[in-house]
Amino acid sequence: MAHYEPPKQSKASQLFDVIVLVILTVGALFVPIWLKMAGAAKSVTQPVENPTWETLGQTPAQAAQYEALGYDPASAHDLILARFDYSFSAGALIAMIVVIVLYYVLMLKFSEVEYREVIAEKFGDRR
Amino acid sequence: MADIDITSQTMDGMGPHGTKVGLLRVLGPAHVWALGVGIVLVGEYMGWNFAVGKGGAYAALIACWFAGILYTCVAMIDSEVTSTVAAAGGQYTQAKHIVGPLMAFNVGLYLVFAYTMLEAANAITAGYLISVVAGMTGYAGELDQRPFIILVIMFLAWLNYRGVLATLTFNLVITAIAFIAILVLFLSTSGVLGGGIMQHAALFEGHEMPYGWIGVLAAMHFGLWYYLGIEGTTQAAEEVRSPARALPFGTLAGIMTLLIAATLTWYVCSGVLPWEFLGDGVNGSVAPLFDTARLSGSNGLIWLLGFGTLFATLASANGCINDASRAWFAMGRDKYLPGWFGAVHPRYRTPYRSIIFLVPIALIFALGAPLDQVITFSILSGLLEYTFMPLNIIMFRRKWPLNSIKRGYEHPFHPLPAVTLLALCALTFFAVFLGYGTQLVAMIGFYIVVSLWFHFWRYRFVNRGAQFTMPWPKPQGY
Repeated sequence: MAHYEPPKQSKASQLFDVIVLVILTVGALFVPIWLKMAGAAKSVTQPVENPTWETLGQTPAQAAQYEALGYDPASAHDLILARFDYSFSAGALIAMIVVIVLYYVLMLKFSEVEYREVIAEKFGDRR
Repeated sequence: MADIDITSQTMDGMGPHGTKVGLLRVLGPAHVWALGVGIVLVGEYMGWNFAVGKGGAYAALIACWFAGILYTCVAMIDSEVTSTVAAAGGQYTQAKHIVGPLMAFNVGLYLVFAYTMLEAANAITAGYLISVVAGMTGYAGELDQRPFIILVIMFLAWLNYRGVLATLTFNLVITAIAFIAILVLFLSTSGVLGGGIMQHAALFEGHEMPYGWIGVLAAMHFGLWYYLGIEGTTQAAEEVRSPARALPFGTLAGIMTLLIAATLTWYVCSGVLPWEFLGDGVNGSVAPLFDTARLSGSNGLIWLLGFGTLFATLASANGCINDASRAWFAMGRDKYLPGWFGAVHPRYRTPYRSIIFLVPIALIFALGAPLDQVITFSILSGLLEYTFMPLNIIMFRRKWPLNSIKRGYEHPFHPLPAVTLLALCALTFFAVFLGYGTQLVAMIGFYIVVSLWFHFWRYRFVNRGAQFTMPWPKPQGY
């Protein structure tokens, strides 16, 4: 294979590449947060009025630990009763599987094309 | 067999022989252990307890052990490949030689983001800890944590800038203290020395499996946090005196240390703290080992675990800066990123431009995002990396069978660890999907976009043959 000579990149172009990467990185984390679509927030679905340790489902031993940590039933109410919701749709699960598999297939396919060029230039016809 | 021997001191083909701009080769196995365990041990001091919140205490224990199996596979596979591909960049450099440039670019980004997010999480925890100590010592009002977060990141970046030996020796000392603090807490509270305060049965009563088995699956998401970062030992590959010996030894000793520390941590915390409090790492227990010490009634334990938590966060952030900058540096050196990042400091022999560049990135995340989101971002990057590893080792064994190049370490039972790792990664993807599906899709969307950017734009600046720097024979099948 003929030797590939990469073009020389200007300073401005290098800077532009870095800015693009930083914007994409920050966006990947912050866009879901800004859209309030990130993470599984816990919620209290069945609040208890005038809570006591018993109505919060706590045994005396568990209540004693909460009190040692500085909580009373009212301040511990949300902490104790908040739960995650693990319900999901089959469609969403299938979509996630497809996205992940496609991603790795894309990676491996493009990588293989590039890798063959690397090996051809590095080794030529050598064994 | 190639005429280069990775197990030899004089003809290993690494460092100054194999690269134009060599980093300083001054590290031993203890430093490798300190780098790996130092990054991870903070996972026992904070973060793992989100697994309790996802499924209850038993679910967190099951997740701890399954994640332990996952990381044992990671350590075994990594030890074989990195004891052969011993160069800065770790898994990035492995991917470049074994799978191909685009995969390598993605793996390099996984590494940088996993470590930079972990560094941000550490700085957040250090800031929180300082605010708690301020409150305990009589400070009235809400302490502004932001100056301390900035100070932690800036100080450690400066340390990394000045030299790798001092950085990792510092890590060795503070990691050892943090590990000993866990042992002392276990011995003091479990009844081995004096009276015990464990009450697992009483605290679990009625709350054994609050979400059932789906909670166990969900707990795998944060189960990774017990060990995330042990694979970072590979980043020291170009700076160890003997890659073939130090890397497998340090990595495997590291995972053994962490398996012990993780199990002890679960035992002492779940035996003292109610699961709802323990499982809420934002509004409940931010630093569970420290909270356990607070309930022990011993001032000595409170101070010891307070320092243990602080040291663990510092050691982890320190190791993360070290690893993220090596990966960024290695990509710059190969022109996968602008070549400006591929510079080595003329005096300190550190990748100083990469170290400095990543400081503001870490600060953006430490100051601008909630802890669980930052941790999830780090875990997702790690998970994508672990999914790459089984593919990597299978291709490595196919392209260079055992008799074609000499390895510093050959992992046993191949391909069983690779298949097990792949299966556990699939399980963890499902766990992440249960709570953070949007972030998972956003993250993969990000990697797809940057991959297209790399393939169609950035790769034109990369030397094709010159990026293959290992002194190996031509791979089989090409």
